[in-house]
Amino acid sequence: MTIIAWVTVGFVLVTSAGLLVSRDWRLELGLLGLQYVGVFWLTNQHWPISMAAIKLVTGWMAIAALGMTRLNLIEEDEDREKFWPQGRLFRLFAAGIVTVIVTTAAPRVEEIIPGIGLPVISGSLVLLGLGMLHLGMTAQPFRVILGLLTILSGFETLYAALESSVLVAAMLSVVNLGLALVGAYLLTARTLEPEESA
Amino acid sequence: MSAPLLWIILPAAVAAFSLLISNKRILTIAGGSLALLLALAALIIPIDQALQIGNFSLKIAPAIQILGRRLILIPADGSLLAIFYGLVAMWFFGAEVTGTAHRLVPLGLMIAALLVASVAVEPFLYAAILIEMAVLLAVPLLLPPNQTPGPGVMRFLIYQTLGMPFILFAGWLLAGVEASPGDLQLAIQSSTILGLGFAFLLAVFPFYTWLPMLAEEVSLYVLGFLFWVLPTITIIFGMGFLDRYAWLRTSEQFSQILALGGLLMVVTGGLSSAFQRHLGRQMAYAVIAETGFSLLALSLPPEKAVQSVFLLIIPRSLALLVWAMSLTKLKERVNPLRFSIVQGLARTHPITAAGLILAHLSVAGFPLLAGFPIRLALWEGLAIQSLSVAFWFLIGILGLLIGAIRTLAVLVMAPEGTGWDLQERWGSGIMIGLGVIGLFILGIFPQTFRFVLVYLPEMFEHLGK
Repeated sequence: MTIIAWVTVGFVLVTSAGLLVSRDWRLELGLLGLQYVGVFWLTNQHWPISMAAIKLVTGWMAIAALGMTRLNLIEEDEDREKFWPQGRLFRLFAAGIVTVIVTTAAPRVEEIIPGIGLPVISGSLVLLGLGMLHLGMTAQPFRVILGLLTILSGFETLYAALESSVLVAAMLSVVNLGLALVGAYLLTARTLEPEESA
Repeated sequence: MSAPLLWIILPAAVAAFSLLISNKRILTIAGGSLALLLALAALIIPIDQALQIGNFSLKIAPAIQILGRRLILIPADGSLLAIFYGLVAMWFFGAEVTGTAHRLVPLGLMIAALLVASVAVEPFLYAAILIEMAVLLAVPLLLPPNQTPGPGVMRFLIYQTLGMPFILFAGWLLAGVEASPGDLQLAIQSSTILGLGFAFLLAVFPFYTWLPMLAEEVSLYVLGFLFWVLPTITIIFGMGFLDRYAWLRTSEQFSQILALGGLLMVVTGGLSSAFQRHLGRQMAYAVIAETGFSLLALSLPPEKAVQSVFLLIIPRSLALLVWAMSLTKLKERVNPLRFSIVQGLARTHPITAAGLILAHLSVAGFPLLAGFPIRLALWEGLAIQSLSVAFWFLIGILGLLIGAIRTLAVLVMAPEGTGWDLQERWGSGIMIGLGVIGLFILGIFPQTFRFVLVYLPEMFEHLGK
């Protein structure tokens, strides 16, 4: 079980680093979808499978909302960002630094909140760290939402070990879906018809 | 009938229904009237006590169960509900003249319902998630269709969303501190995480860069509403932490950190406001200073802190309402609201200009205006604790005053020989005029709303006792 959990940590590291490096929105959404599988598995360490599945289903619903919206936008709008570091190597290097920080920080976090398990803490910190990095490198609505969803996934993985309330699970699902819908709105806002002033 | 049903679910349902209404006047009247009725109901109908009217008896139950947790509004919450929905009604009635009713009424009512739910939810920690939901609803409110999202909106979303995980996690850690009060390291870690969470939510220094950005990007009336409603409820949520955790409430260091954070906001907000050349950015920096006032009030000794924080709510809302409405009306005439462009507008828009200046002066604590009595009380309380804090508080206030005087100078700076040419609509003139009268009433008779404010500290079991 522990080995599978560590494999999952590696898996979410690859998906979240892939999100950082990728420039194709289809690939990004695919990676995010796979990332939610990892989140589901890590959450399942502390929650029953039926509860943990909420994370997976909610995540995929959020991806569907974003994907449907992005599909209807013109391709030329992509990659208009000019001011952030563009090189893939740079981004991989930054992701590597975050991974090193997580490796050193995870055992200390386990001292503060014992009983959760190092794989869950590591997976959670990887998502939080790379999500933060993602937010720090972009100002585009689509990527900001991906960064925020990644951060929330990391937080929820950790919080699931501490709090098993059904209401919290439901409210966090609403927040995830809401974030995706807000992302969809931000992507399409400028193409919508202006309101009548009468 | 239960209180959460009446003050949370009913407005949320009406808000959802009102999305279907396209007539702005009907929306304004319906939304404003509902908020006003809810405020009156909170004043008249006691929660969890039978109200006898002839043969008819009415009792509002305090709680409802949702998925194993409770939404509960205790009798002491009645005053807060009355003030909150009363002020929301004022904002809704003003929405028609500013042309924002179609977005502000449905989404604003939904946000108000969610924020009341955040006060009512048990365990109180879950309020962070409800506040986050309100923030998500605020995005379409801020960004109308056909407008590209700017960096201010994105930063607003990022910072406000980051607040929630920090607060939820800190809440869990704080329970651990309560179980083992001797663990100093855990106490420091948990209070640091909690502080970060609230710093994100309240846009505390240095996380407030998005506020002036937003003031240049979006409707200032909508922004004014959010500038009032979100920090007010977040501070009440923060007071819940102080009420719940005795070690936090009695910690001298925590009080000093609050004072330092508040002072930084008052000084940086006040001084930045003084040097701005954009009227919207001036309002944003004044809002930063306003949040600083709340933090400073919270740093006072507990018995004074609670009352001071609540005394700030009504003047803050009224001043922001008049300020945001005046700016919105000026923005209809000239855009952007830079000093070089708004020069001499007092000759064509005297009431709007007067509203703008008086609201600014009220936030700066100018005598006879709504902000003055509480600023004076706050200054006195701070001076008793530390003269240096009182001195820097004065510097922040002076910054706000200089900003107001500069605005006044620019607005009346018309070319030689320019005559008066009134171009104001009577509707907005009346609304701004009423708001200005309210600012004077609250400044000259600060006890006007004492009858509701006096019960607010009872919301808390330990804080201020």
